[in-house]
This record gives sequence, C-alpha cells and structure tokens, in this order.
Amino acid sequence: MKKFVLTAAAAAVTLGLGIGAASAAEALKAPSKTWSFSGVFGTYDQAQLQRGYQVYKQVCSSCHGMDLIAFRNLADLGYNEDELKAIAAEYEVTDGPDEFGDMFDRPARLSDYFPSPFANAQAAAAANGGAAPPDLSLVAKARVGGPDYLYALLTGYEDDVSEEVLQQIFETETHKREVQYAAAMEAYEVRLAKYQEKVKTDPTAKEPAMPEDPGPVESVEDLGLPDTASFNAYFPGYGIAMAPPLSEDIVEYADGTPATLSNLSADVSAFMMWAAEPTMDQRKQMGIKVILFLLVFTGILYAAKRKCWADVH
Amino acid sequence: MSEHLKTNNALIKWIDHRLPVFSMMNETMIDYPAPKNLNYWWNFGSLAGFALVVMIVTGIVLAMQYTAHVDYAFNSVERIMRDVNGGWLIRYIHMNMASFFFIVVFIHMFRGLYYGSYKAPREILWMLGVVILLLMMATAFMGYVLPWGQMSFWGATVITNLFSAIPVFGEAIVVWLWGGFSVDNPTLNRFFALHYLLPFVIVGVVVVHLWALHRFGSNNPLGIEANGQQDKIPFHPYYTVKDAFGVGVFLLAFSGFLFFAPNFLGHPDNYIPANPLVTPAHIVPEWYFLPFYAILRSIPDKLLGVVAMFASIGILFILPWLDRSPVRSAKFRPVYKWFFWLFFANCILLGWVGQEAAEGLPLILGRLATAWYFIHFLVVLPLLGVMERPKPLPVSISEPVLSGGGGLAAAAAKPMEKA
Repeated sequence: MKKFVLTAAAAAVTLGLGIGAASAAEALKAPSKTWSFSGVFGTYDQAQLQRGYQVYKQVCSSCHGMDLIAFRNLADLGYNEDELKAIAAEYEVTDGPDEFGDMFDRPARLSDYFPSPFANAQAAAAANGGAAPPDLSLVAKARVGGPDYLYALLTGYEDDVSEEVLQQIFETETHKREVQYAAAMEAYEVRLAKYQEKVKTDPTAKEPAMPEDPGPVESVEDLGLPDTASFNAYFPGYGIAMAPPLSEDIVEYADGTPATLSNLSADVSAFMMWAAEPTMDQRKQMGIKVILFLLVFTGILYAAKRKCWADVH
Repeated sequence: MSEHLKTNNALIKWIDHRLPVFSMMNETMIDYPAPKNLNYWWNFGSLAGFALVVMIVTGIVLAMQYTAHVDYAFNSVERIMRDVNGGWLIRYIHMNMASFFFIVVFIHMFRGLYYGSYKAPREILWMLGVVILLLMMATAFMGYVLPWGQMSFWGATVITNLFSAIPVFGEAIVVWLWGGFSVDNPTLNRFFALHYLLPFVIVGVVVVHLWALHRFGSNNPLGIEANGQQDKIPFHPYYTVKDAFGVGVFLLAFSGFLFFAPNFLGHPDNYIPANPLVTPAHIVPEWYFLPFYAILRSIPDKLLGVVAMFASIGILFILPWLDRSPVRSAKFRPVYKWFFWLFFANCILLGWVGQEAAEGLPLILGRLATAWYFIHFLVVLPLLGVMERPKPLPVSISEPVLSGGGGLAAAAAKPMEKA
C-alpha cells in the first residue's frame, strides 16, 4: 500500500510540475460560428433544437447517453404536453420492483430520464472498441470551444474538410516532425562521438542507431493514425474513435429543412448546447434587466455621493 | 459610551444602557471618523466584506441541495443547475463571486502595498489580512473540489500531494489529509465540512481585522496621519454612500460575467465527472492561484518549490519590517513607485506563466519572475528604505486637499497630485 501511495504521489507531482508533455496532441482551433444563441440578446431557436433532438434521437443516441435530460425537459423545445407524452411513450424503461418484487418494463413517462444506450460503462466500452462514448448532457460545456468545437468536429472528417485545412495540418505536423528529427539527430551526434571515443579501447561497444527521418506529412496516411481511428481535423491528435456519424440526408427533417451535413451538425450542436445549459435564455433575459436596473441604481448612488460630498472638497 | 448616541427612542435607550450595541454600531459605522481624502481604491475593503457575505449566503443555500458523496456530488450540482428553483443563479453567483472576491482582495492588497498601509502602527492589521488571504485560499481550493469534476479531483490530488514533500512525515500527512490512500469519499466529505466551516473563521478574523483598523483608523493616499478633526469626516454618510456606489459598479461588472459568461473563469474539464483513471491533458488551478502555482513549478526541487510557494505568502507577514522607509505613500517615494509597478507587472507575468506548460520560454520567465518576487521583498525594499530620497511630505491632509496654493506644503504636494 505504501508503494502505491508513493507512486500516486510521484505521478501526481510529475503531473503537477511537469504539465505540458501532453501538449503534443494539439489539433486545429475550432472556428467560431454565429449561433442563434450567440451574444447578449441571443436565444435558442426552438425549431433548430427540435431538429437537433431528432438528429440526436435517430443517430447519436444509439451510442451516446444523455443521462441528465428528462423527457419533461423537452418542453423547452416547444413541444406541448401531448407531444411530449407521445415522445416519452416511444421508449421502454425498467421500473419496479412491483408488489411481487419483480422488475417490469413500461413505456417512459415525462419524469423519466433518457434511457442509456448501454447497460453500464463496461458494456458501452466493450461495444465500442474499448472506449465508452461520452455522455452528451454536458459535452457542450465540457469542451474548449463548446458548440463551435462540436460543429467543427462533426464537419471535420477527412472527406468533409477543405483542402486548405488539410494543408495547414500537414504543414504544422511536418514542421513538428522536423523539429523532433533535428533534436534526435543532435542527440545522435553526441552519442556517436562518445561511441567513437569508446570503441578505440573497447571493440565490443555498440554503435548507436541513427534516427530515421520521418519525412514530411503529405497525406492523412502519413499522420500514422491507428487503424481503428478516423481522421478528424479538430480532434486532439487528429485520430477519433467515432466513425463519421452524420452524412447528408441521414435524417429526414420533419419540418422539411434540407438535411445537409452542415445543417445536421449545427442543429445537433445547438441541441447539445441547450442540454448543457437549458437555463441560458432565462439567464440572459434576467441579466439584461439586472444590468439596466443596476445602471439606474448606480447612477442614482453616484448622484447621491456627489451631492453628499459637495461640501468636502 | 451612550452619550454619543442621539436617539429619542426609549426602547433603544433602555437596551443600549444594558447592552451598548447601538453605541457600538454608532461608533464603528456612523460617527467613526475617517480621513477625508480616501480615494476609490479604499472601496475594496468594504467590497471584500460584501463578497464574503454573498458567498456565505449563497453557500448556505447551495449546501441545502448539495450531496457530499463521490457518487452523487456531480449530479447533485447538476440538479441544482437544472431542477432547483433559481438554483442555476445561486450556483453561478457562488462560482463567479469566488473569483470576484479574489479580484477585490488582490486589489485591496495592492492598494495596501502602494500606499504603505502595512507600516506602523498598522502591522497587525496587515498581518490579519494575510491570515484572511490564506484562509480564503484554503476555502476556495476545497470549494473547487466539491462539484467533483475532473479538475476538482485532479486539482485536489496535485495540491494535497504537495504535503508529501515534507521530509519524513510527508507521506503519512498526505494519507491523513486524504483519509485514505487516494483522494476519495472521505476527502470529499472533510473538504465539504471544512469548506462550510472556514468562511465563518474568516468572518471572525475579519472582525479582528476591523478591530485593529479602528484602533488607528484608515491610512490614506498621502500616508500621513490625520491631524485632528479638520482632516476627518464621519463614516456615515460620506463613506457609506461612497461604498454603496462602489458596490453598484462592482455588481455591474459582476453581472457581466454572471449573466453573459458564467463559465468564462472556470475550466471546461470540470463539467466532466471525476475519473481517477483518466488524467486531464492539462491540470490547471483556478486563475487566482496561478501566480503561486507558477512559483511552485519554477523551482526544480519539489520540497523547495512547496517552500517557495508558501514563502511567497509568508513573506507578506514580515513585510512591515522589510520596508524600512519611514514614508508610507508611494506618492512621495519616487523610486518605490516604479518598483511597485514592476512588482505588479511581475505578479501578472507569474499568473500568465502559471497557466502555460512548464517548458521553454514560460519556464525561464517563471524562474526569473519568481526570483524577482523575492528580490523585491528581500533586497529592493530594505535597500530603498536606506537609499531612496522621499519627496517632502505635506503638513496635513487638509492643506493639499483644500487649498489651491499658498502654504509651502501645499505647493510641494500639488505637482504630485497628478501621479
């Protein structure tokens, strides 16, 4: 046990003192996008949230849970109670135990939370090549860039990003490799000189191996991503376990909006932002009122202060 | 006592005769004489008190809804955000006010440094302030652990591990702090208990801080003692209305963050539930710890790094004896003024270094800035006390404030007003 504590302590301190080793896995910064909810006066677009929910339900929810969202919360999207009940009733949830001590399945009610696609984290990991797909309830707040990042990620697969973006990544990676190669060569020269000195007296000395020139990155293949990973311009390290989830017309929108990749990605990102921050509209509306009040109130206090102090200066 | 209390209310008189609470309030908040020349930098003391009260009130409400258990803590915070009436507002106020409390206290301290408020006879007042800062840091650190997100967990792991640097007993102390062999449920529980307790300890020290303040009254921008009644004005209404205006401005700035960027000062990783098996790519403390974190990391030896980090605050305790200059205000200390701003810039630099990876340029800058932090206190201040030639001090507060010319002292003080 003592050893474990020592190791944990050493690991944590190395982490604390030696942060930065992880900065190798950089990716492109997600470009910022204009959302209906951007800015001080921005609000969620209910039609967009409904479309986003449709995308989540028909595509994402087969792997990703949203544990913190209950069917009743979907009222924010503009559904009335009957519609909500109909949505919930499409799902089966396990309830119980009943009076005989047995668990039973029943249609979901408004108070139920979205059922998870997998029984537990282990099942989720086993079905997805070892890594459980993250829960999406808070993902829009749990990633740098928020909805911009989610949109960039969903539209950032190899076939969807522009040639410019690819070239930009290739250049950065080529440069990174050149720097690493130069450093490795420098270290090699030192070791080689030592070896040449040593070999004069000790013929069994081992000649150091010359580092291999990794060469420039000219294609996605050159990045050397694992076979199970898909290239994504915005995912740290560029290799993401999730295969491209969206494609044109994968969903047929109920409101007739064209289901382009861009629309699908934007709608589902907006939906995830709502899921992470359902009170945002309320917060901004209150904020505007509070600030207007404070401007007047502080103005009056300033006038009072001026009047009160007039005889002091 | 009660002769100063002017009231016709018989009940108040009756109570005050037996328990002079109204006289005391009158003496400390109404008739309390304050220098008439305090500028707006003197607002930050009352603002800090305001922030403390807001933190305690919102914190008590949050504690009614929070569950301190590793399995439920994260989701209980999300329930506050989603299902508790007004819960999102209370939680965001608590979260952002923590940052604003530190902003206010840092400004309050830099004001003390600039105007020499720590000098005799206010040394104990200053030292009590440093105690408050330490208590605030402990409270804030433990509060950040409570939502049990990734940064909560890993921040707690890194910081508690600092104590393992203590020779011989280090490992045992860390196990004792954790209540186990890693940061786990016992750690979360005790942090919650202490996070609830320490703010009330802070209130206690604040009361003593005010007691020490009222012994000699506030320092002032000129750094000279007030000469009798013509230099002073009663706290009420002059400073009550000025402080109230300050609270208004403060709330405007605060509302900007609270309502329109409530997560700006936080870290996205703390919206991921704590996972002991997955380490975040960057473990970064809250912004207000960054300068101290930079000092910790700039020293290659673990024990010395921890010592330096604690020394960076500990050194403030002996500041009144390091600065030997008899002149308080930087207004009349032409060289110290420059070193003050250099020190300020150095602190900002340390903050920037603290959020960067400890390698390359940030590491070098961090080491230089750490060195300068201590040189400022240990070398610059003692030397300035001997070598600097201060400008002539005004005779009294009233002269430079009242007269547009005339007296010798006023003439000497006038050009310095611009600074």
